[in-house]
Amino acid sequence: MLKPDLRKRWSDFTKCVCQGARLMVGVPDYETYVEHMRRNHPDRSVMAYPDFFRERQAARYGGEGRSGFRCC
Amino acid sequence: MAGAVRSHLIWVLVGILGAFALALIAIERGEHVNALWIVVAAVATYLIAYRYYSLFIARRVMQLDPERETPAVRHNDGLDYVPTNRYVLFGHHFAAIAGAGPLVGPVLAAQMGYLPGVMWILAGVVLAGAVQDFMVLFVSMRRDGRSLGELIRAELGPVPGVIALFGTFMIMVIILAVLALIVVKALAESPWGTFTVAATVPIAVFMGLYMRYIRPGAIGEVSVIGFVLLMLAIVFGQTIAESPTWGPAFTFTGTQLCWILIGYGFIASILPVWLLLAPRDYLSTFLKIGAIAALALGIVVAAPDLRMPALTRFVDGTGPVWSGSLFPFLFITIACGAVSGFHALISSGTTPKLIDNEANARLIGYGGMLMESFVAIMALVAASIIEPGIYFTMNSPGAQIGTTAESAAAKVTEWGFPVTPQQIEETARDVGEHSIISRTGGAPTLAVGMAQIFSNLIGGKAMMAFWYHFAILFEALFILTAVDAGTRAGRFMLQDLLGLFMPRFRDTASWGSSIAATALCVGAWGYFLYQGVTDPLGGVNTLWPLFGISNQMLAAVALVLGTVVIFRMKRERYAWVTILPAAWLIVCTLTAGLQKIFHPDPAIGFLAHANRFSNALAQGQVLAPAKDPAQMSQVIWNDRIDAALSALFVLVVVSIVYYGIRACLEAYRADRWTAREAPATRDLLDEEAAGAVSAMR
Repeated sequence: MLKPDLRKRWSDFTKCVCQGARLMVGVPDYETYVEHMRRNHPDRSVMAYPDFFRERQAARYGGEGRSGFRCC
Repeated sequence: MAGAVRSHLIWVLVGILGAFALALIAIERGEHVNALWIVVAAVATYLIAYRYYSLFIARRVMQLDPERETPAVRHNDGLDYVPTNRYVLFGHHFAAIAGAGPLVGPVLAAQMGYLPGVMWILAGVVLAGAVQDFMVLFVSMRRDGRSLGELIRAELGPVPGVIALFGTFMIMVIILAVLALIVVKALAESPWGTFTVAATVPIAVFMGLYMRYIRPGAIGEVSVIGFVLLMLAIVFGQTIAESPTWGPAFTFTGTQLCWILIGYGFIASILPVWLLLAPRDYLSTFLKIGAIAALALGIVVAAPDLRMPALTRFVDGTGPVWSGSLFPFLFITIACGAVSGFHALISSGTTPKLIDNEANARLIGYGGMLMESFVAIMALVAASIIEPGIYFTMNSPGAQIGTTAESAAAKVTEWGFPVTPQQIEETARDVGEHSIISRTGGAPTLAVGMAQIFSNLIGGKAMMAFWYHFAILFEALFILTAVDAGTRAGRFMLQDLLGLFMPRFRDTASWGSSIAATALCVGAWGYFLYQGVTDPLGGVNTLWPLFGISNQMLAAVALVLGTVVIFRMKRERYAWVTILPAAWLIVCTLTAGLQKIFHPDPAIGFLAHANRFSNALAQGQVLAPAKDPAQMSQVIWNDRIDAALSALFVLVVVSIVYYGIRACLEAYRADRWTAREAPATRDLLDEEAAGAVSAMR
C-alpha cells in the first residue's frame, strides 16, 4: 500500500510521461488548452478534443516550413 | 566556504573518474577494453561540461533572466505557445533533434578505430554542438521564437538571409538523398527487411484512418496497436523471405528500390498528413526513443568488449569506407552527435515557443544536445564490438573486396583484420540475410551490433535475426518519416524561395505550384540518390562527405549568428565561446570542401575523378561502373555537379562569414546595445518596442 503523497507523486510522474510522449508527436496537453481558454477567453468557443487533435496535426506538418521535420 | 568546497568536491571526483576512463581507452595495449569505460568517460565529460561550462554560458554570456517573459508566457494560446514543464519539453526537443545522423556517422568513423571518434564526439559536443543548440535556442527565445532564416535576416541583413535559406534547401536535398541511400543499401536484396518496411505503409494508413474516424486522437491506443502489428510484420517477414513465391517478389536491386523510393516520396508528400505521415511519425518516434533506451540498457547490462582497435591503419586516409585523411574528414563524417547545424532549425522552431522560463533553456538546449551525443557514443560502441573483419566486410565497397565470401575474407585479412569466409557466411545466416558483404551505409552494421547486444539479453542466438530486422526496421522507419516530412518541408522552402522571384509560387494552397515544387524537390534528391545507388564505391563515399560538409556549414552559420548577437549585446569579451567552434568548423568545411573539389586523388577529388573518366573516354576506354560511352559521360557530369555543389557550400560559408564579421564590427563600433530582442515584459511593450517586434517579423 503506497502512502498518499507517494501515490500522488507516482500519478504526477505518469502524467508527465504521457504529456511528454504526446508532445513528442506534436500534440500539447488538451487540459492546459481548455484551462487557458476558460480563464483568458471565456467568450470564445473551445475546440472539442477531436477538433483540437486535428488542428494540431495539421499545424505540425503544415506550411510553416520545417515544422515536423526531424533532424538527420 | 566549507560548503562551497564540498559542493565542488563531488565534481572533482567525477572529473577524476572521467579522466581515468579516458586514459584507459586511449592507451589500450592489445587487450580488449570494455565498452563501459567509453560510457563512463562520456557521462563524466557531459556532467562536468553541463555543471560548469553551460552554467558559465548561461550566467556570463547570455545572462539568462528567470524573471523575463518567454514567448510561451507572452503569447500563451494553449496551442503553439504553451509554457511547458521542462522535462516534458526536454523529451520533445530530444525527439526532434535525434535522428539517423548520430547513428550512422560514428559507425562510418569507426574505420579509423574507436578513439578518434570518441574524442571528437566528446570535444565537439561540449565546445561546439551543445553551444550552438543552446545559443540558437537563446537567440530565438529572446525574439518571439523566430526561425533561423528570419533571425539571420534580422541580425545579419536580407542578402545573407536569402543565402542561408538557399543553403538550407541544398542541405535538405543532400540529407534526404543520403538518408534514402541508407535505406536502399539496407534493403537491397533483403526480402525480409523490404517486407517489414513495406508493411509499415498499410499499418500506418490503418492507424491514420482509425485515428481520424474510429477513435479521434487516441494516440496511445493506436500506437500500441501499430507496434504490435509491426512486431508481427517482423516475425512474418521471415516466412515471406523463405517462401519461394513471395521471397523473390520482395527482393529488389538497389536501382529498383531507388525508383520505388522516389515514387513513394512524391506520393507520400502530397497525401493528407493524417493518412500516412502523422501515424508513421508516431510509430517511428516512440520506436526510436524505445530502441535508444533499450540500447543504453543493453550496453550497460551486457558490458561488451570492444573488438575494434583504438586506432587502425586507416587513420592515414586510405580506408575503404570513406576516403580522406583524419583532418578534415573525420570531423565531417561525424556531424550529428558532435555538432549538427540542422539543430539550429529545431532550436528556432517549436522548442523556443514552449519554454516556460529562460533559465530552462540550459537544460533543453545544452542538455538535449549532450543526450544526442550519447546516442552517437552508443552507435560507435555498437560498431566497435563487432569483429573488425566483419565490420570491414560489411562496409567496404564491392569494387575493393569483390562479391564472394572468399574474396572479401582474403582482402580484409590482407588489410590486417583476420576473418574467414565461414565467419562471414555464419554472420549472414545468424541475421537471416543472404549476404552481408558490402552492406555499406552504416545501418546494417549498426543493426548487427544492436542484434549482438540485444540477443545477449533476450533470446540468445536464435533471436539474433529478429533483432537484426528490428534494428533495420527502426532505422528505416524514421528515415522514411524524415524523407516524406523533409520532402514536404523542402517543398515549402522551395515555394518560399521561388516566391521571391515568382510571387505566384508562394500560394501553398494551389495545386499547380505545390505539385511543381514537390516534383522539383523529389527530383533534386532523387538525382543524388540515383547517382549514389549506381556508384561503384557505394555512394556513401560521395554523398556522406557532402552531407557532413553541408551540415557543419550550417552549424558554422548558426555560430556566426550567435557571435553577432553576442556582439550586439555588448558581451564581446565572451565572444570566444562561439568564435572558437565557428572558426574550427569553418576551417574543417573549407578544407574538406576544397579537397572534395581539387584533391588530385580521384577517390577524394571530384574533378580528378572526372578527369580520369574523360581521359579514358578520349582514348575510347570504358571504366567500371560505366558500360558504354554514354554512361561514361554521365559519370563525368555527376562529378562536375558534385564539385559545383561543394563550391556552392564553400561560397555560402565564405559569404556568411563576411556578413557576420561586418555585423560584428558594426555592433562593436556602436556605443549601445543593438540586439533586436523582444522587450522583457509585456508592460514595456510601448509603441516603439512594438514597432521593433513587428519589424522583426
